[in-house]
Parts: sequence; C-alpha cells; structure tokens
Amino acid sequence: MAGEEGKGQNQGLSTAQDGPVEQRHSIVLNMGPQHPSTHGVLRLLLELDGETIVKAEPDIGYLHTGIEKECEDKFYQQVVPLTDRVDYLANLSNNLCYCLAVERLLGLEIPPMAQWMRVMLTELTRISSHLLWLGTHAIDIGAMSVFLYCFREREDLLRIFEMFSGQRMMTSYFRIGGLALAPPRGWEGPVRRFLDGFPSKVDQYEDLLTNNPIWRVRTQGVGQVPLEELIDLGVTGPMIRAAGRAWDIRKSEPYSSYEKFDFEIPVRTEGDVYARYEVRVEEMRQSAQIARQAMEGMPEGDWVADAPKVVLPNRERMKTEMEALIHHFKIVYEGFKVPAGEVYQAIESPRGELGYYVVSDGSAKPHRVHIHGPSFGNLQATARMIEGRLIADVIASLGSIDFVLGDVDR
Amino acid sequence: MHPDTPADVPATSLIEAAEPGSVLGSWEAFGERTIEIDAARIGAVCRVLKAEGRFDRLADLTAADWHPREPRFEVVYHLHSMDLNRRLRVKCRLGGGAAELDSVTSVWRSADWHEREVFDLFGIVFRGHPNLKRIMMPEDWDGHPLRKDYPIHGYRYSYKDE
Repeated sequence: MAGEEGKGQNQGLSTAQDGPVEQRHSIVLNMGPQHPSTHGVLRLLLELDGETIVKAEPDIGYLHTGIEKECEDKFYQQVVPLTDRVDYLANLSNNLCYCLAVERLLGLEIPPMAQWMRVMLTELTRISSHLLWLGTHAIDIGAMSVFLYCFREREDLLRIFEMFSGQRMMTSYFRIGGLALAPPRGWEGPVRRFLDGFPSKVDQYEDLLTNNPIWRVRTQGVGQVPLEELIDLGVTGPMIRAAGRAWDIRKSEPYSSYEKFDFEIPVRTEGDVYARYEVRVEEMRQSAQIARQAMEGMPEGDWVADAPKVVLPNRERMKTEMEALIHHFKIVYEGFKVPAGEVYQAIESPRGELGYYVVSDGSAKPHRVHIHGPSFGNLQATARMIEGRLIADVIASLGSIDFVLGDVDR
Repeated sequence: MHPDTPADVPATSLIEAAEPGSVLGSWEAFGERTIEIDAARIGAVCRVLKAEGRFDRLADLTAADWHPREPRFEVVYHLHSMDLNRRLRVKCRLGGGAAELDSVTSVWRSADWHEREVFDLFGIVFRGHPNLKRIMMPEDWDGHPLRKDYPIHGYRYSYKDE
C-alpha cells in the first residue's frame, strides 16, 4: 500500500504522458512567475532530464488586465492613456499605433511638425527600450556593470520624456490628431546633448561586451531557430532580422513620414543570442541618427491637425470663443463619432510588429480594440528555442527575446 | 499605406479556383482588402492562401462580438506576405449557437496562442487545436470576458452592490 502511494505522488510531479516516472528520469521545474529573469510574471514549466530541457511550456496571463475590454467602455481619446500601460517600456510606440489607426478611420491629416516630433520621440523610445533590454539581459548573464551604464543613459531619456509630457513613463504624449501639448521651449537643448553624447556611450557598452570572451561563450550559438520556423511561429522585429530577414515596417510600409528619413536596417544571419545583441546595438545607433534627422529638420507649424471636432481647442480660444467652448464641452462629455469601419495598423515597435485592430460602429466609443503585441508572437518561440538545450541557456534565450509581459497579457 | 496591388483580385480568384463557392464577399475600405469566407471552409482556404497566395505570416488572429446581432461573432485573420509586402484580412461570421470553426494551427503555428486567446475571451471553439485551453483567464473562470453580454466589472463583483 505504502509503495503504491509513493508511486502515485511521483507521478503527480511529472507532466509525462507516456510511461512512468522511473523510466523517464525527468523532473519538472517550475520557473517563475516571480523569477527575476522572466522580467515580469512569466511562468515556465520545464521538464528536465539532468540539465537538459526535454519539454518547455510557457504559461502566460498573470498580467492580464482586460485592457481590450476596458477600451470598449471609453471614448476614443480616453483609450490613449490605456495604451501606455500595454507595453510600458515602449509607451510612445503604443500611443502612436493607436492614434494612427483612429486617424485613418477619421481621415485626419497630421501636420508635418507633429509627424516629425512623433518620429523623433518614438526613436528615442526605441533607444530607451533597447537600453533597458541590454542592461537587464547583461545582468542576467552576469555582466553587472553594463546595467549601470545603460540606466545612466536611460535616465537622460526619461527626463526628456518628462520635459515633453510631464511624465517619465506613462507619457500619453501623442493624441488623436497630433500631440498633447506644444513642445516645451528649448527642447532641442537636452535632445541635442543626448544625441551628441550617445554614440560614444554605445561604444562603451560594446567595449564591455562585444569582444568579451565570457559574453561570447554564453551567447554565441545559443537559442538558434531557422528563419522559416521563426516566421511560422509569428516572430517579428530584431529576432528575425538577426536570423537574416531584412524586414522592417518602417521601410516596407512607412507610416508617419518614415519614408523621408535615411536609415539602414541592421541584419545578421547567425540567428543566435549574440546576433540579436548585435542587431539591437546597431539599431540604437540608427535610431539616434533618425532622431537627429528629425530634430534638425523639424518643420515649423502646428502640432495638431485642423479638426475642431476631434482635437481640443487651445485654452485661450476656449475662453474667448463660443464655438471653441462648445467643441471643448462636446469632446469631453460626448466624445467624437468615428465613421464605421475597421482598420489594422501595424508599426515597428522596438520589439517587432505592433498592430492595433480598431473596429468602429459609428459611435464615440470603439466597438473593439485588439492589440497585437510583438512580445505575444515572439514569446511563442520560447519552447522551440530552449527545448533540447541546457537550463543555463534558458536565461540567455529568454533575455534575447526582449518580451514585456504587459504586451503579452494586456 | 497598403500598396494598391492588382493581386488583390488574384487572392479571391485563387480561392475560387481551389475552393469554389467559399468566398462570400470581398471589399476594400481604408486601403485594406477584406475577404469574407464561409466559416466551414476556413481551414482549406487558409491552406490555399499560404501555399499559392504566399501569405507566409499570420500577423494577427482575433474576433469581434456584434451581440445581439446574429450571426454575432466575426473571426478575423490578418495575413501578411513578406515577399509581396501585402496584407489581407480574412473574415468569418459565426452564430452564437454553435461558435465553432476549424483551427489553422496546422497552417501557421503562430495561430496556437491566438486561437487559445479567442477561445478564452470569446468562447469560440477551434476544432483540431492541439491544446485548446484558457490562456489569459484562470482555468476555472466563468464566462468569456470579451463577449458584449459580459459585464465590464465581471459577474463576481459590482460596486453597485455596496
């Protein structure tokens, strides 16, 4: 009897369907949801044979907040702050994608100054997101000091975002029709100082990592998946560029005037963790170039579209003109109606293809907002990437995906 | 934004050639082409689109609920061809009574989690899915939150009761 009970308990530990535990010699390790290297709340169920992973199953949903449901209960302009919370490391990319989708439904023309400002700030967001990725990825693998350097530059960027929007992270700076506020006086100063100093800072990170033998041994040849499989699994962004596919939505389907900027798509063919590192580091340099072009070529003019029924009037006009006051009241109390229809807007976020599918039924609230986060697609490749490899490689592989759980679970 | 391509017409004719009668409608709005497909044939149509239409990527899969209108559900597939730089929206309508259609996980592996999400949040069943269980909500959750008849505060708690 006692023997049978013991056997039953052993079987309870295993997810193995075929054969009793004693023959399979595997154990199940529950990694997360509070493991530091999962950067959020990702749970991984790992079936191990010694140190080799036989089967891996990611379990997501711990950060599900029902943002898509909440969007259906808000006016179109009230959804913008929710989009910050989706991918909280690339909030401006999310603001931009949502605004572009609704602007297409409304048929709004965005003035060039707002478009350039959007390009500049989303590129700075890309740098800030990549910096956080590089710092945490390096610290996961054991390179402590890179983390400190990365956060030094990230702090400068967060101060720039604060200068523009009043918020370090939850910026909501892009609104339907343009920008939330006029850019602050003298904004060029801090942005220029950052962009002047940044290339040498990237050299510093590279000095610490690129030729570091420990870094190379930990990352080269790890987490490789063939390109066709990556595409089939729904992976986008730097991960497929590191596997040899030069596909970037900023080039292939330009939005917000990206076609007017001069930049390159970094590509590697190895497809391992090291190649992803190289691609992202090069992307930071390219993004700094784009941001500089936007800053130097910033057109004069309005920062919001001429659409009094959609864009809040400025404060002065609201206090002096009857018409503006009525529009202000109606936008705040009733929202604005958006023509019926549906739009899928894709942009290149720091992590890959970010898509907003917005369905309008002609009322002032969206009928459906679906957010396709790039991390959702990228994380699906986890199991394929780590099965058959050592448990120490799990940390390096997970870090190279650069997922944000808010983006996965929404 | 989305290139105006004559190949939009071939997409429907490709399907019509392989699966006659499965296209229920095709229109273009906001620069995006949408094709409506008979829900019973979605698996076969997706296979044709991937093999012959070169839509190598399922960019997104989701649903929308039009309750109380019937058929209430729309399952929406956003396909993307990297080679041709083209996007296509494929749509199926499903009634609330038997919200079931074929899984496309055998066509694109990325459909796996997307279909689980739609199953979880809308209660639409995908036949032939290898692991159809809840993904966002806890396993023992009641109801499907993104349905329009599901209250925004959930069934368990409402501040009006206080």
